[in-house]
Amino acid sequence: MSTTISAPPSDVKPKRGFGSILQTLARPPIGSLIVLIAFCVIFSIVTNTFLAPSNLSLVVQQSVIVGTLAIGETLVILTAGIDLANGSIAVLGTIIAGRLVNDGYDALGCLVLAIVVCTLVGVVSGTLVSRLKLPPFIVTLGLLGIVTAATRLISQGGAFPVTDDLLSWTGNVFTLGTTPVTYGMVIMLGLYALIWYILTQTAWGRQVYAIGNSPSAARLVGIPVGRRILSVYTFAALLYGLGAWLALGRIPNADPNALQTANLDSITAVVIGGTSLFGGRGNIWGTLIGTLIVGVLRNGLTLVGIDPLWQDLVTGVLVIAAVALDQLSRWRRM
Amino acid sequence: MTAMTSLIMETRGIVKRYGHVTALGGVDFELRDGEVLAVIGDNGAGKSTLVKVLSGAINPDEGEVLLDGQAIHFSSPLDARIRGIETVYQELAVAPALDIASNLYLGRELRRAGPLGRWLRMLDKPKMKREAQRHMDELKFRLPGITHAVEDLSGGQRQGVAVARAAVFARKLVIMDEPTAALGVRETGQVLDLIKAIRDRGLPVILISHNMPNVFEVADRIHVMRLGRRVALTDPKSHSMADVVAIMTGAMPGTDPVPEA
Ligand SMILES: Nc1ncnc2c1ncn2[C@@H]1O[C@H](COP(=O)(O)OP(=O)(O)OP(=O)(O)O)[C@@H](O)[C@H]1O
Ligand SMILES: [Mg+2]
Repeated sequence: MSTTISAPPSDVKPKRGFGSILQTLARPPIGSLIVLIAFCVIFSIVTNTFLAPSNLSLVVQQSVIVGTLAIGETLVILTAGIDLANGSIAVLGTIIAGRLVNDGYDALGCLVLAIVVCTLVGVVSGTLVSRLKLPPFIVTLGLLGIVTAATRLISQGGAFPVTDDLLSWTGNVFTLGTTPVTYGMVIMLGLYALIWYILTQTAWGRQVYAIGNSPSAARLVGIPVGRRILSVYTFAALLYGLGAWLALGRIPNADPNALQTANLDSITAVVIGGTSLFGGRGNIWGTLIGTLIVGVLRNGLTLVGIDPLWQDLVTGVLVIAAVALDQLSRWRRM
Repeated sequence: MTAMTSLIMETRGIVKRYGHVTALGGVDFELRDGEVLAVIGDNGAGKSTLVKVLSGAINPDEGEVLLDGQAIHFSSPLDARIRGIETVYQELAVAPALDIASNLYLGRELRRAGPLGRWLRMLDKPKMKREAQRHMDELKFRLPGITHAVEDLSGGQRQGVAVARAAVFARKLVIMDEPTAALGVRETGQVLDLIKAIRDRGLPVILISHNMPNVFEVADRIHVMRLGRRVALTDPKSHSMADVVAIMTGAMPGTDPVPEA
């Protein structure tokens, strides 16, 4: 061998056997896709209603809110953060828009204002995380309490119906062949496509991955890490605001006690979708698949007539399996 | 100095104090065009502090820094980088999950020409891959493939990616603070070869190292520090390794004015 720099194949860590299968499964979103398909196959065998277009449409409709919150959650988790407040921020949005509309203000203005307020909550959490370097877990836990209290104060404790064409527009249905489709579903899928583009085709997306993967390296190469993190929390909260609009489309009712499980469901979707809680690794389509896995599971088990408690149990197993897979592939890399 | 070789970077009487500790006690420094200048010295001699001054990470209390003969003041490392000075750190500045091309352009991503780039901010991935490959070829840095994740590489290759990044973007000079300290023998060899390739491209390199054989392998000149001063600026061809170590430890007088204290 000459003394020039050469890279014989032995320089690349060999990948084979069980580890390589693990690695493939851990690569988002392949493993999650297999799980989703498996559940769909099982439910289409054991029930004869699962595959009906109206039922499949229902699964997606029921996934729209969590699916949208999960997009923002994915962005935050990619930076190695976590957002515990996304459900409460969306509820705040529904209450603000609903109250103002019911008070007779212009619906579009109310909607925009609600989304802006949601976004500002993201500015607050992003600032606390990026400037004061507070742990995201604590910041968003605190905001969860604050936002929930604010929501109760604004709504004066009770739920109220919101009857406005614009605010409930996202629940309107058109049909694609025989499949009923809501505008909310289209918006959610559009957001996934948009975020896919931003994460994979722009420098901002690349840098979000780098920050989550190695914050010190990101800083050393000159990425403005704090500014990026602030923009992530802000952008995520904007998505939560859109989630509020989608929520009013599903149920035209502003309820301070709504979406109680949405936050954990969205984190579940992200994790099952193969995004690493350690940051820097993940795929936005994985999150959509993760959302659909949870939706399919809920729907299918209900169709079969199994106690809803089993849904939570199976979901819990999936979350732990996904995190374990992530951890195993981490060990392999070290 | 002589007109034959121009000085790229120069300092005069740099002083840096941390409380009662004088990290640099009036350091003169010079870097010629196209040379590999090794900076050596015992622990605490002030090497890293000097390099931080040169890379804009800290400001000296006294003294001046000249770049191309012009006195300058760096407001930040970014400022130094904008002026064409790239720094490689001992700690790995790569994102392991990203591929080699992405790492090379991390923080300086190329966008597509035209509306796709301007309005949609679209990355020019093919161009980044192509350019990354071209640079790696030029540096004779052989890698398994530009789209491999950096975590699939050996330690030497990973640091090589960081070194290559500095080489690609530096227009004036490259600074390396113990880039091989965490590497094994073979891996160190890879990085040393890269340093030579950078010099062959015409870029001067400042290399801090504790490893005398490494220094004697690549350095054109050696800047010896002791107790916050330069005590010698020697040529590895005129001084033996033992001489240099003796100067470094104070067992032998240096060629520069000896520190008073
Ligand atoms: N930020 C700081 N605060 C206080 N003292 C410092 C600081 N940085 C350096 N010093 C001191 O300045 C002196 C020179 O340190 P420097 O890191 O430049 O040495 P070095 O030659 O790089 O040593 P090493 O070989 O250990 O890396 C040391 O006495 C060190 O303790
Ligand atoms: Mg040092």
